[in-house]
Amino acid sequence: MSRSLKKGPYINYKLEKKIQASIDSKKKIVIKTWSRGSMISPDFVGQTVAVHNGNKFIPIYVTENMVGHKLGEFAPTRIFRGHSGSKK
Amino acid sequence: MARIAGIDLPNNKRGEIGLTYIYGLGRSNARKILLEAEISFDKKVQDWTDEEQTRIRNIITEKYKIEGALRSEVQMNIKRLMDIGCYRGIRHRSGLPLRGQRTKNNARTRKGKKKTVANKKKAPKG
Repeated sequence: MSRSLKKGPYINYKLEKKIQASIDSKKKIVIKTWSRGSMISPDFVGQTVAVHNGNKFIPIYVTENMVGHKLGEFAPTRIFRGHSGSKK
Repeated sequence: MARIAGIDLPNNKRGEIGLTYIYGLGRSNARKILLEAEISFDKKVQDWTDEEQTRIRNIITEKYKIEGALRSEVQMNIKRLMDIGCYRGIRHRSGLPLRGQRTKNNARTRKGKKKTVANKKKAPKG
């Protein structure tokens, strides 16, 4: 089931504050976050966000196309290295 | 023979079914088109008059995205997902299901035909 429109998109409020601060400072800051469920809003475009994948932070440069997706979609939590015995 | 949107419709089928031979039109869209063109669902494709055919054609070009345009739209959407590198895009790239289905077994629609691995250990019975 999708989220109620009444509530608007979910963005972690601390993350939102940090994004605002980063826009205001006009410096390239990498913002670390654990909030994988936060929606990418248009404000994020051009920022770099380091999203935690359970092990480390994956830096993501946000582009226009990514708006409306969630941060976690860009930081995969599983790494598939191939099956045993399969060459290459 | 009725030719609509570059597709030859089968002559001896009912209009409602005949229209579904066009990519992007299913039963419900076909019904809507015929309803708007005021043609009976049961009228065979070969019995359509030229005038009726143009009416159908006009409705389709006006309101529906079909065939090549629709196919390219779908492809564009997939390409967008792959370009931004999100989870669904990665799954598209690796040819696995996108929506969290299991892949231990099944998922053959996405994975294609079984590839047998030589000397793979058999699971013990029981």
